[in-house]
Amino acid sequence: MPARQDVSKPNSVTPPMTIPAPLRAVFHALVYTIVPGALNLSGPDWEGLDQLVDGTLCTRPPSQRRQLRLLLRLIQWLPVLRYGRSFTSLSPDKRAAFLSYLEDHRVQLIRCGFFAVRTLALLGYYGRPEAGREIGYAPDARGWEALG
Amino acid sequence: MTRRAYDIVIIGSGAGGGTVAQELSPLCQQGVRIAVLEKGPKLRNEEFTGRELEMAQALYEDGGAFLTAERTMTLAFGSTYGGSTAVYTGTSLLPPERILKRWNVPGLTLVDLEPRARKYMAENNVHFLEAQHINENNRLFVEGCRRLNYRVQQFPVNLKGCRGSGLCNLGCPNQAKQGTNRVQLPQAERNGVEVITRCEVLRISERALSVWVSPKPPAARGEPSAWEPGECSVEAKVIVVCGGAVNTPALLLRSGLGRRLPRLGQGFTCHPAFIMVAEHPRPISNFVGHPKSFYLDEFAESERFVLETCMYFPFTTAKAIAGFGQEHSRWMAAFPRLQMILVLACDEADAYNRVTIDGHGRPVIHYRFTPDVIRGLGAGAARSAKIFFAAGAVRAHMPLGRPTTIESRDAGRVDRIAQRAEFKPGKVPVSAAHLQGGCAMGSGSEDSVTDSYGRVHGIPWLFVADSSLFPNSLQINPYLTIMALADRAAEAIREQAHTLL
Repeated sequence: MPARQDVSKPNSVTPPMTIPAPLRAVFHALVYTIVPGALNLSGPDWEGLDQLVDGTLCTRPPSQRRQLRLLLRLIQWLPVLRYGRSFTSLSPDKRAAFLSYLEDHRVQLIRCGFFAVRTLALLGYYGRPEAGREIGYAPDARGWEALG
Repeated sequence: MTRRAYDIVIIGSGAGGGTVAQELSPLCQQGVRIAVLEKGPKLRNEEFTGRELEMAQALYEDGGAFLTAERTMTLAFGSTYGGSTAVYTGTSLLPPERILKRWNVPGLTLVDLEPRARKYMAENNVHFLEAQHINENNRLFVEGCRRLNYRVQQFPVNLKGCRGSGLCNLGCPNQAKQGTNRVQLPQAERNGVEVITRCEVLRISERALSVWVSPKPPAARGEPSAWEPGECSVEAKVIVVCGGAVNTPALLLRSGLGRRLPRLGQGFTCHPAFIMVAEHPRPISNFVGHPKSFYLDEFAESERFVLETCMYFPFTTAKAIAGFGQEHSRWMAAFPRLQMILVLACDEADAYNRVTIDGHGRPVIHYRFTPDVIRGLGAGAARSAKIFFAAGAVRAHMPLGRPTTIESRDAGRVDRIAQRAEFKPGKVPVSAAHLQGGCAMGSGSEDSVTDSYGRVHGIPWLFVADSSLFPNSLQINPYLTIMALADRAAEAIREQAHTLL
């Protein structure tokens, strides 16, 4: 059998916090725009949301985490060309309009980038058990029996 | 580096690996040493919490969101004791004869496969769920189909003592689903097979493997591996690769077999799918009860799609609903009133769609949506919307529509709306869980990777026994077919034991 390529060993070390503090505000502004109900979240709720996002990103390859940071920077600064302001300085309507522009962009890579940050925002928000309860999702291992 | 030796090593513990392990396990009584090496962890019964993100991280590769190279689709497959059989809904269909004929693999016939599949149907308690256990999400699908004169069918499922937690895709918390983690693997272990979890095979060489055993991370779920963490070399007289359609071709590629097997990695198919949702005027039972009890496949040939009932969890549902903002939140707030249908495209093997590896040897899936797949998804979405409205829904969500919401007053215009639909990869949430191909069966290395028994061409001690064997899309849920093929591979190994071992 021919010589084989080397294979990197699985990484067992948990990487550090994935979204640095300056970009955290951009991500939170994204979450507000994608899920307007996030405006009602308390401080501890946000901590829970951030932990879910960090916990998920920690399991992803470093390249994906780097791409996410780049994406957040682009989302923050690209609106300057279009609206003369950064994303976090825009009104809610303009933020939504800008994200719609990315979502429907003619370049597939940009659409995919938006889909990735949208997914993370939804994961953070709807991954919280409280969000499930708020929308009426109440699973129980007892199934039918729990309905009474 | 630790060194170990076995007679037979099985890589992966899902529908293929679990079946091979059980079928070869009687050899242990004759002193044959058999090990199953599973990359994922084995969770204790009480660790199946049903919590969406926790279970996704614990039981699936990449949390159930393995991205294709194009980043336009996520793939969901299990990485745990039992593989994907721990996280599927237990749907168990016989391989369709029309597909086997189309595959045209010498020596592979329904006459041979069906009795094998039926053996596992009996062993895993496959049956039709009783009417009183069918929830409204499923019943509305049946009603809608019948009003439209569609030939809806019930899924045979492998459940025993189902309580209707609705958490099948997060690992049944009641151990009711009879996957290989509940039936074949425990039986194999009782017969003397060793199952080593958290054990990833890095590469295969001449009757040997290089593996990496991961330590159990702090606070992670599952039992620690039976082996010491670190790199290990394992000798084996026979190796059976059952890592699934992503990991099996990737392992063989990074083991350097690509040059002698030019078809390795080719022919990847996956039934690309998206979720359709509709809102009813009143709450329905949806997240309680078995989620996937019925399907509609009468349009598989003519319109290239299959519909299945489904019900997902909050994050998965949120991801599946296109768009964002108030409209998206309105759909999510209607959760107790939502009916769901999964639209699966019947894709065909395409030269572009394949498995390769990156510079580190990790699998890379290249997949582009062919015009047939896009048409299939569009047609499936339109039929789903009609079923929703026939069942009494007040509005339906069409992920590739413009706009994405169709009100019931527009039910008569569904076809026209569907014609205007636009499929933009990266915008429409597409995922897949029926991963197939990459090590196709066939007659020789010019057209395939293995023979009809999963024996790799030119390497008599190396077998494949999983969905990567499929030469093309199966067009139905694949597990029973995988088990039947794994049964054949085990039979071939048993018959040649005197020369192989």
